[in-house]
Amino acid sequence: MGRITLEQVRKAFGPTEVIPPLDLEIDDGEFVVFVGPSGCGKSTLLRLIAGLEHISSGQIQIDGKDTTRLPPAKRGLAMVFQSYALYPHMSVRKNIAFPMRMAGIDAAEQTRRVEAAAKVLNLSDYLDRRPGQLSGGQRQRVAFGRAIVREPAAFLFDEPLSNLDAALRVGMRMEISELHKRLKTTMIYVTHDQVEAMTMADKIVVLQAGRIEQVGSPLELYNRPRNLFVAGFIGSPKMNLIAGAEAAKHGAATIGIRPEHIAVGEGEGEGLWTGKVGVSEHLGSDTFLHIHETGLAETITVRASGEMAIHHGDTVRLAPDMAKLHRFDGQGLRMSELQKH
Amino acid sequence: MATQHARSAARAMIAPAVFLLLVWMLIPLCMTLYFSVHDYRPLRGTFECCEGLDNYIRFVSSGAFQDSVLTTIMMVGGILVITVGGGILLALLLDQAIWGRDIVRILVIAPFFVMPTVSALVWKNMFMNPVNGLFAHLWQFFGLQPVEWLTQLPLFSIIMIVSWQWLPFATLILLTAMQSLNSEQLEAAEMDGAGAVNRFGYIILPHLARAITVVILIQTIFLLSIFAEIFVTTGGAFDTRTLTYLVYQRVIESQNIGLGSAGGILAVILANIIAIGLMRIVGKNLDK
Amino acid sequence: MARAVSTRRKVTLTAVAWTIGLLIFFPILWTILTSFKPEAQAIADPPIFFSFDWTLENYAVVQERSDYMRYLWNSVFLSIGSTVLGLMIAVPAAWSMAFVPTKRTKDVLLWMLSTKMLPAVGVLYPIRLILIETGLLDTRGALIFILMMINLPIIIWMLYTYFKEIPREILEAARMDGASLRSEILYVLTPMALPGIASTALLNVILAWNEAFWTLTLTTVDAAPLTAFIASYSSPEGLFYAKLSAASTMAIAPILILGWFSQKQLVRGLTFGAVK
Repeated sequence: MGRITLEQVRKAFGPTEVIPPLDLEIDDGEFVVFVGPSGCGKSTLLRLIAGLEHISSGQIQIDGKDTTRLPPAKRGLAMVFQSYALYPHMSVRKNIAFPMRMAGIDAAEQTRRVEAAAKVLNLSDYLDRRPGQLSGGQRQRVAFGRAIVREPAAFLFDEPLSNLDAALRVGMRMEISELHKRLKTTMIYVTHDQVEAMTMADKIVVLQAGRIEQVGSPLELYNRPRNLFVAGFIGSPKMNLIAGAEAAKHGAATIGIRPEHIAVGEGEGEGLWTGKVGVSEHLGSDTFLHIHETGLAETITVRASGEMAIHHGDTVRLAPDMAKLHRFDGQGLRMSELQKH
Repeated sequence: MATQHARSAARAMIAPAVFLLLVWMLIPLCMTLYFSVHDYRPLRGTFECCEGLDNYIRFVSSGAFQDSVLTTIMMVGGILVITVGGGILLALLLDQAIWGRDIVRILVIAPFFVMPTVSALVWKNMFMNPVNGLFAHLWQFFGLQPVEWLTQLPLFSIIMIVSWQWLPFATLILLTAMQSLNSEQLEAAEMDGAGAVNRFGYIILPHLARAITVVILIQTIFLLSIFAEIFVTTGGAFDTRTLTYLVYQRVIESQNIGLGSAGGILAVILANIIAIGLMRIVGKNLDK
Repeated sequence: MARAVSTRRKVTLTAVAWTIGLLIFFPILWTILTSFKPEAQAIADPPIFFSFDWTLENYAVVQERSDYMRYLWNSVFLSIGSTVLGLMIAVPAAWSMAFVPTKRTKDVLLWMLSTKMLPAVGVLYPIRLILIETGLLDTRGALIFILMMINLPIIIWMLYTYFKEIPREILEAARMDGASLRSEILYVLTPMALPGIASTALLNVILAWNEAFWTLTLTTVDAAPLTAFIASYSSPEGLFYAKLSAASTMAIAPILILGWFSQKQLVRGLTFGAVK
């Protein structure tokens, strides 16, 4: 079981409040991602749940039990740190066994669990090496191993992939997702990378300045961002945000349209918007066009097909898909779809 | 973040060190302070109270005091200049690609392990002796009159001896610092058209600034209390009497405890003035 | 770094570096060589470098006359004793400052270092007096304590900088893994800090071995270490170069060998953690 409830959790360092009172519900078996720009309080929130920091007020419950005053080890949680925090003087085997050694589990059981974890994580051949002799990905897996053997109520991950190179990161992302499918244990995962959040999460919690901006499934966040911040943060490339007269036509202060929801044509004609092509990024499968001089915003980003032959300085027409238009009011909050037509 | 338990444990763990250092510092210092206002000369059986500041006035107004302060400044300053300057040059050299660098490093580090009494004796007799010393042989070989190092150039001689002992320390720290300099920075500077001199002045020297402060701090701590080198070579004669040595002479050799104690207190005050200045610098470095 | 260096440049630099290295080392080399010479050849002009009549006689004479072993034993006893005692006090103190810092930690640390700046002469007489009154003058116990105290600030400082380098995340991981304060220090911190503790200990042994103020002023016979042994050669025996060299070699050899073997750790220790 691993159901975690935060009630009015607040954290202040001296006079500065880093997390204003906040409520959050994490269901058993869920993969929850805390995402936000750096300094948004996501790591602090994770450390509060872990018990590495004391909360200033409020309550944290794990499986209905108040754990607010419990030391980290007694909360039944396991954590994977950004730097992996492996014990450099211990072999992989000893690293993985360490929490069990601390808990006084007998040696035979320790060996059994270490070997089982090593098998799952493809570490069987490396058990007698030191962390210093392992690659980044392998170290990462040892950190997982150390977490898994504790059979925790929930796993906490603090930006675990940020020290890996791009290719490895994609691979480890899959491994973590698979691990979650197999273990079916609650996982809380902190990252600043919205791609990681979108690909892994059951539920995303978007944070900014210690406040929760929105909680929802990846598709909910993508389709129905609650405010301008979430709209701009989720999705890559970023959603185009247009204010002014064009927005007023739709009865909004700001309208948003994602690059993938704009179609491109050439020459003069019926298109709603026109502009000049600036930089075009050819990714092979897709081409991202940065369009200038539209009179709407400084740049409008458009996703076009990979084969599109378009050159710098060409004038293009842009046809936004009106059904996919997002509207925001003066406070930056999402306006209901009903008012659209 | 630390629990209450950890905090009280921490306090208990630091207590012995703080207590011992406090006792070590305060009790003898208070005794010295007490003696310094007495006319205390045990050999003559004099122990008279309440001289007030007489001892201090007598100590300060004696020519020996002013000379000793000057000698101390010249000695410490001279050694610092030689070791830091030489250390930078040696570190630059040892940072280059050369054959057998590890062995050269071992050779350079060796004087640091030699105890002060040994190095003073070896230099005094086997090198600086005006009749049989190696320098005398060398001077004669070139047809020159051998120098009587410890009587003609006593301060310079002691500075050389002590610099030889401390050069390894400066070199090692500066070399370590230099090796931590990102070589890409130097290559970037080279691309930007900086010649060797400019690269040294604008990139290497600023990078070494912190290491140089550390060298100066640590060496000053040790150099202010140079003792054995003077004790063995000149015994404080010929303008090599530092403040430390002067106090030692008053207290131990002439057994004038009152006067010597006043000098000791003055030495403590002067050292603290220097210490506060140095601590400021180190304190800033601590924050980094 | 990865640049090709012209061979000519490398040859020149190598020659310069070796010359300077040998010049710096020369006094030690010369002392060692002279210690094996007959007294007459020791002062020969021109100096004889290698082709002299090698002899061990000087060592025998020195040992016979001044009982080298007793001084050696005192040096070993004082330097190791003060190091062990110092570590016992410094490790907990440094741990506490590095991992449970308070607002005052920095001040305490600087205060500790400032006690090292206290000129020894300022307190020489009182300490002599205390030792005489308590009958501890010229005893090894008293000297161990004093050597420990004068190096304590530096040991604490060094250990503190080593401990600071240990990532907090690792200690937090240990806490998450259920380690108590005791297991945290025993199983995680100490093994990780061991290289740092070792180089601290080494440096302290060397400093204590070579300390020549307190050992000269507070010992006469019983507790006198090698610094005092060699000081007794300052005159007139100092004119017997071969004997002086033999005595000097005997006094510095143990620490020179120890220093060379542990060069790597020592270099790290010598930087006092202030240079990364």
